[in-house]
Amino acid sequence: MHDSSTQPVHHQMVEPTGFIRKHVFSLDHKVIGKQYYGLAFVAVLTGMLLSWLMRIHLAWPTVPIPLLDKLSPNGAPGGIITPEYYLSIMTMHATIMVFFVLTTAPFAAFGNFLLPIQVGAEDMAFPRFNMMSFWVTFVAFLVLVASFFVGDGPPLAGWTSYAPLSAVGAVAGPGQGTGQTLWAISIAIFCVGQLLGSLNFITTTLDLRTKGMSLARMPLSTWGWFITSVIGLLAFAVLLPACILLILDRTAGTSFFIPSGLVVNDQTLPHSGGSPLLWQHLFWFFGHPEVYIAILPGFGIISTILPAFARKTILGPRALLGSMISIGFLSYMVWGHHMFLSGMNPFSAILFSVPTLFITIPATISVLLWTGTIYGAKMRFTSASLFCIGFVSVFITGGLSGFFLAQPSIDTYLHATYFVVAHFHFVMAVAAMFGIFAGTYFWFPKMYGRMMNEALGKWHFWLTFVGVYCIFMPMHYLGLAGNVRRYASFTDNYLVPLIPVHKFISVAALITGAAQLLFFFNLFWSRFRGEKATDNPWEATTLEWSTTSPPPFDNFGGRHLVVYHGPEEYGVQGTAGDYVMQTSPEQIPPANAGKS
Amino acid sequence: MGRLFAVVLTIITIISAALVIMHVWWMPVDISTVGPRIDSQLDETMWATGILFIVSQLLLGYFVFTSGENKEKRAVKYFPGGATPLVLFAIALVGAEILVLSFVGSRVWAAVYMSPADPGSLQVDLAAEQFAFYFRYAGPDGQFGTIHPDKVQDGNGNYFGLDPENDVAARDDIIVGTLTIPVNRPVLLTMHSKDMIHSFYVPELRIQQDIVPGLTIPLHFTATQTGKYEIVCTQLCGLGHYSMRAFLEVVSQDQFDQWLKSQSGD
Repeated sequence: MHDSSTQPVHHQMVEPTGFIRKHVFSLDHKVIGKQYYGLAFVAVLTGMLLSWLMRIHLAWPTVPIPLLDKLSPNGAPGGIITPEYYLSIMTMHATIMVFFVLTTAPFAAFGNFLLPIQVGAEDMAFPRFNMMSFWVTFVAFLVLVASFFVGDGPPLAGWTSYAPLSAVGAVAGPGQGTGQTLWAISIAIFCVGQLLGSLNFITTTLDLRTKGMSLARMPLSTWGWFITSVIGLLAFAVLLPACILLILDRTAGTSFFIPSGLVVNDQTLPHSGGSPLLWQHLFWFFGHPEVYIAILPGFGIISTILPAFARKTILGPRALLGSMISIGFLSYMVWGHHMFLSGMNPFSAILFSVPTLFITIPATISVLLWTGTIYGAKMRFTSASLFCIGFVSVFITGGLSGFFLAQPSIDTYLHATYFVVAHFHFVMAVAAMFGIFAGTYFWFPKMYGRMMNEALGKWHFWLTFVGVYCIFMPMHYLGLAGNVRRYASFTDNYLVPLIPVHKFISVAALITGAAQLLFFFNLFWSRFRGEKATDNPWEATTLEWSTTSPPPFDNFGGRHLVVYHGPEEYGVQGTAGDYVMQTSPEQIPPANAGKS
Repeated sequence: MGRLFAVVLTIITIISAALVIMHVWWMPVDISTVGPRIDSQLDETMWATGILFIVSQLLLGYFVFTSGENKEKRAVKYFPGGATPLVLFAIALVGAEILVLSFVGSRVWAAVYMSPADPGSLQVDLAAEQFAFYFRYAGPDGQFGTIHPDKVQDGNGNYFGLDPENDVAARDDIIVGTLTIPVNRPVLLTMHSKDMIHSFYVPELRIQQDIVPGLTIPLHFTATQTGKYEIVCTQLCGLGHYSMRAFLEVVSQDQFDQWLKSQSGD
C-alpha cells in the first residue's frame, strides 16, 4: 500500500446562485446524481405500471382495464389489451427498466453523487461532460416515451429488437414504423450519454483521488462504479454503431441486418446481403456486459454498506475485488450464450458455454464472502442492512438458475421460456433493485440531510422480499413446464393448465408493486419531514461521512482531506467507537487491526 | 429482526424446493431419442444447484439468526481461517461441477446439434412465416422442387416459392400445415423463413431451433411415441407471435405410408 501523491484540483467554479444553473443545468456532480436518481424514479414508476398491465392482461385477459382505452384507443379498445399492444408494453417495460433504471440508478445516480466524494475530489473531472451526459440521457428517455404516442404505436420487437423484425419497417406490422425508429434513436442517444459518463468516472477515479487515497484504499463501492464504467465504455461503444446501422437499415435503405429474398406480407423487399445474426452478435456483445453494468455497482454498494451494519470488516476485500474484476473481464467472452439456438455454428455454443460457467466461480466467491461477513457480526438491522442481506439471497437464487441456461444441452429445452425470465429478473433486476434500495436507505441522509423512516423502510423490505419470491420463483416452474415467454395469451393446449400459476404471479405482482408505494411515500415524506441527519449517522468510515449532510458545494468546505486508512476499519478500537474513519490520523493498534 | 429473517428465508427455501422435488409443475412426457440424455443432464444440474440453493440459503439464514444474538455482550467474530479457504472451496467445488457438466453436456449437445443426420432420414422441408408453419414432403419422385423466393405468394398457397410450370420436381411436392412423421424413424427438417426469425419448439421433443431468414438450417430428431403434439414459435416475430403454432403428429409407419399416399393422390 503506497500513498498516492495525486493532488486534488481546485474547484474551478464558484457556486451558482440562479435557479437554472443551480438545479437544472448544474455542473455539480451531486445535483447531477440526484437528477439521474429522479429520472430513474420516473422511469421505474413507468416500468412498474407497464408490468402491472402485462400481469393483469395475462391473468384476466377479458377484464377491461379502466382508463387504458382513453390512453391508447388503438392499443386497448374498450380497455382490453390487443396482442400487439401487449408486446409493445413488454418491449417498453424492458427497455425502460434495463436502460433507464438498472443502468442509471445504481451506476449513474449513486456513482455521480458519491464517487467524487469517496475519492476525496471536489467534483468530476469533466463537469460539463457530466451535465451533458445527464441531459442527453434525459432526451433519450423523452424520445423513447414519445413512441407511445406515434401513429402506429410503440415498438414491439422486444428490448433486444432482433432484426429483421426491427429493421424492415412498417411492412412488418404495427409498432414497426415510427415507434421502432424512435426506439433505435433513443438507445443511440442513450449510448452517447453513458459513454460521456463512463469517461468521466474513469478519469475522476484515476486522476482526482486525494492525498493518501491509493487504489488499494478505495471503497469497494468506488471500485464497483469504476469497473462498471470501464465495461460501459467498451459496451456502449459497440451498441452505438449497431443502433446507427439499424437506423440506416430502417431509413436509408441499407441492408446490414436484412438478408436478400425477404417476403413480408406478400411484398418482396429490395434489401440484399445482410445478416440477422450480425445484429444479435453486436447487440449481445453489448447486452451481456450490460447485465454486469446493472449488477456490479450493486456488488460494490453491498460490500460497502454491509460492513457498516455488521460492525466488522468485509471478509476478503481483495478476493471480492478480484471477483468483481474477473466478472467484468469474463463478461466480454460470453455473449454467444444468448445465441446457442440462433443458427450460429453449434460448435461455438460449447466455446461460449465454458466461460459462462466460469463466471459462476467469482460469483460464488462473492456470495461466500458476503455470507462469511455476516457470520459472527454484531448486526444492526436497519432497512439498508436488510436489503443488503436480501440482495445476497436473491443473487444466490438468480445465480443458480444460470447453471441451467449456461449449458446448451439444457438451453435447448429452457431457452425462451419463463425460466429465463425468472433467471434474469432475480439475478439482475431484483438483485440490482435491492442494491438501489440499500443504497437509498443508506445514503439518503447524506444526499438530503434527513433520515428516512425506518418503520416504513422495514415494512417495505418484508413485503418486497417475500413478494419477489412469490412473483419470480413460480416462473421457474412455468419454464420447466415449457411455458414460452413473450406470449400475449396462452391458447395452446399445453399452456392452459398453467394459467392458475399466472394468476398467482399476477396477484403477487400487484401486491408487491403496491408495497413500493411505501418506499415512494417514504422518499418524499422524509425529504421534507424526516429527522435531521448527523454527519455520520451510521458510524461508517468512508469519506462521504467526513463531511456535512448534505455536503457543501465543493464537498469538503475547502478542506483537502488526507486518507490514512483503508475503508474496512470496523470492529477495531478507535477513538470514536468500534471503527476508524479513513480520514482519522490515529494509529490502529496492530492487535486490534481488522482481519480479513 | 434477524430471527424473523431466518424464519422467513427458511420457509421460502423449503416451499421453493418442495415444489421442485414433488414435480408439481414439470416437463411434459419425453418422446425423443435424445430426450433421456437431455433430461438426465437437467436432473443432474437440478440436484447440484438444488443442494447449493438449500445449503446456501439456510446458511445465510443461520448466520443472520446468530449475528443478532447477544450482540452487545460479545466482540465480533471472524470466519475461521479467513477468506482463503472459502475462495479455494468455491474454486474446487464449482470448478469440479463445471468440468463435469461441460464434459457430459457437450456430448449431449453434440449428439443433437453437431452430429450428421441419419442418411435414411425422412426429409421434410419447413417454411416459417408470420404466423404459420408449413411443411413440404418430396412426393412420389423423392425430389424437392427448387425454391424461388420471388415466387412466394400466400394468396395462391405457394408458401415455398415453387415453380411447377418449369420445374418437374416441384409438381408432386406435398405441402401441408401439419408435420406428420412416422414413429421411430429419423427425421431431417430443413428449415427456412421467408420473413422474420421464427423458432421451432416442441417441448416433448426437448428440441428448439431458431429459423433465420437467409439461412437454411437443418434439425434432426427421432420421435419414439405416437400422438399429437404442439409445435410453437419461440422467437418474437410480430403481433401474432403467441398464436403461431402447428401440430406434430407421430404415427405408425403404416399410417404414415397411407397418409402420404392419400396426400399425393390429390
